[in-house]
Amino acid sequence: MLKIDNLHAGVEGNEILNGINLEVKAGEVHAIMGPNGSGKSTLAAVIAGKEEFEVTEGTVVLNGEDLEESAPEERAHKGIFLSFQYPVEIPGVTVTNFMKTAINESRKAKGLEDMPANQMLKLIREKSELLDINRKFLSRSLNEGFSGGEKKRNEIFQMAMLEPKLAILDETDSGLDIDALRIVANGVNKLKSKDNAVIIITHYQRLLEYIVPDYVHVLHEGKIVKSGSKELAFELEEKGYDWIKNEAVV
Amino acid sequence: MAFESNVDIDHPVHDVRVEAMKNFEMKGFPNKKLEAWKYTSLNSLQKVDFSIFPKEVNALEYKDVKKYFLHEMDTYKIVFVDGIYSSFLSETTHDGVDICLMSSALTKPMYKPVIDVYFNKVASNDESLTTLNTAFSREGAYIYIPKNKMPKKPVEIVHFATGNEASLMLQPRNLIVVEENAELQIIERHQSLTSNEVLTNCVTEIYAATNAIVDYYKVQNDTASSSLIDNTYINQKNKSVVKVHTFAFGGKLTRNNLNFYQNGEYIDSTMKGVTILGEKQHVDHHTLVHHIEPNCESHQDYKGIYGENSTGVFNGKIIVDKVAQKTNAFQQNNNILISDKATINTKPQLEIFADDVKCSHGCTIGQLDEEALFYLQSRGIPKKEARALLMYAFANNVLESVRIPELKTRINKLIAKKLGVSLGFDL
Ligand SMILES: Nc1ncnc2c1ncn2[C@@H]1O[C@H](COP(=O)(O)OP(=O)(O)O)[C@@H](O)[C@H]1O
Ligand SMILES: [Mg+2]
Repeated sequence: MLKIDNLHAGVEGNEILNGINLEVKAGEVHAIMGPNGSGKSTLAAVIAGKEEFEVTEGTVVLNGEDLEESAPEERAHKGIFLSFQYPVEIPGVTVTNFMKTAINESRKAKGLEDMPANQMLKLIREKSELLDINRKFLSRSLNEGFSGGEKKRNEIFQMAMLEPKLAILDETDSGLDIDALRIVANGVNKLKSKDNAVIIITHYQRLLEYIVPDYVHVLHEGKIVKSGSKELAFELEEKGYDWIKNEAVV
Repeated sequence: MAFESNVDIDHPVHDVRVEAMKNFEMKGFPNKKLEAWKYTSLNSLQKVDFSIFPKEVNALEYKDVKKYFLHEMDTYKIVFVDGIYSSFLSETTHDGVDICLMSSALTKPMYKPVIDVYFNKVASNDESLTTLNTAFSREGAYIYIPKNKMPKKPVEIVHFATGNEASLMLQPRNLIVVEENAELQIIERHQSLTSNEVLTNCVTEIYAATNAIVDYYKVQNDTASSSLIDNTYINQKNKSVVKVHTFAFGGKLTRNNLNFYQNGEYIDSTMKGVTILGEKQHVDHHTLVHHIEPNCESHQDYKGIYGENSTGVFNGKIIVDKVAQKTNAFQQNNNILISDKATINTKPQLEIFADDVKCSHGCTIGQLDEEALFYLQSRGIPKKEARALLMYAFANNVLESVRIPELKTRINKLIAKKLGVSLGFDL
């Protein structure tokens, strides 16, 4: 599904990612862990097409198609979804109106008519129930005044609405209490199928107890320095990142 | 500029006019040396040889101008074509309220008591363009709402310019009196239908008595060859609530002088504005709130989106007299520049002589938030629509207080059109 080859990217000459290789197949769950500042969010943003980052070398290929020339919205239409580490507050646009616009713009890009209003309402109801989201919440301005946990839950609600092929969850677990974490993990698991894939970016293996990864990668200074099975996450939780850093230096 | 001088000396307000003419001759047109006109130059307009009394008047068919009315609903209409009243396009009334013409109010004896008390009483005798209007105005809207009355529907005041004259200067004059516990909603529009130069110098006086409620909506979306100088003076009594919304979407040069005088207690004065400009358009919002008595509030919220080579000015003056304790005065002016060639000058001007007041003001000038744009795009909303959505959201809270749903929808559509998008919903 996703193939990243020797990816180098940065901002104004400062290289943040230096040579990432990663392949994610349909049906898989990958976890990316690593210390603060190692480039996890940058990798996620580059996959989603954020123009602020300049790709200096390498390729990101989705289902055989090089994404280099694709704008963020085109990547979204192709099935990429990024759950933001810091979701942006948009005063004046309600969650519902935002979702309607997002869904209908995606449909428009595929040459489809707008989704009929009753179908839209039904979909919103289903997905908000899945994530245990209160009705009132949907008529509030997007992310404005939401708690950290509410923002993250709202991100997964959007994911449920848009049904992406490749979902990247950037520290979705931070800010969630244990109940919210279970709800979110349950939501992600329900959406999971053999046709889509998930990349989970996290500091802790806590979320990985609920969404079990097939692979775990450790990012350090813009490079994947170690990959392994889910046991690697436990090891990292126990020993921290220092031993990996040391290993990387050797 | 040449003025023809066919002034009717037997007219009841003749003396007021003569006085005003003297004042205007003394002061002349405002120039950039005056602080209040620093950023708005009338030079290019003064070079035009405007004719002030049109010689002949075009007839308009309703179907051709329907789109300039709020035709989705029933309204009273006071319509002028090249400064002359069009009975054909208008729908006036004397059924319990007077919604009619300035020219008849100024000449018919039955209106004399109202004219004597209110005509040219709150309008400035000092501001030269207002005195010019006082001297030369012949026509406009006259609205009198007696105690406890509310007209069945909103009133539209529409001025068309059709361009028979090479360059036309219009001097509309409106007098609006809303008595105790009465209520009124007005939508005002100046619309040119010609590519000839049009300059409108409009004066509106509004008197809101105790507990009166007035909503005034100014829709300014005129052509590239028309300019508007709007001078609105509002006198409020105890507990009255007056809200003025100004939608400034274009015209060559627009100057809004909006003046509130709070002559009573527990008064609420609200000024809201959305400005969306492009090309070489210029808008200057000059507001004044004079808090004269204690326990009153004023709210100002102006949002501006400036593109291409457009220029904007916001100057908000708040005066709180020494006796006007417990005043709450809020002022906010937020702007987005979507082109590097667009400019905005924004300035609060506070003169506060009372010590127990709450007064806040803030102005911002920024660009669209890139992170927010990326967020919307990452959800599949194309960049152009995402930009428009953010601008919509930015202007949204100004629309919240529009109390005529049909007008709100119309303004929404106008905004979408201005921003060049179609969105699947209204805010
Ligand atoms: N927009 C930016 N401009 C400059 N430096 C940035 C920008 N975004 C991230 N960085 C830098 O890149 C590095 C990686 O950041 P990030 O991807 O956010 O790390 P992580 O998500 O792993 O904590 C950090 O050193 C950070 O300061
Ligand atoms: Mg991060």
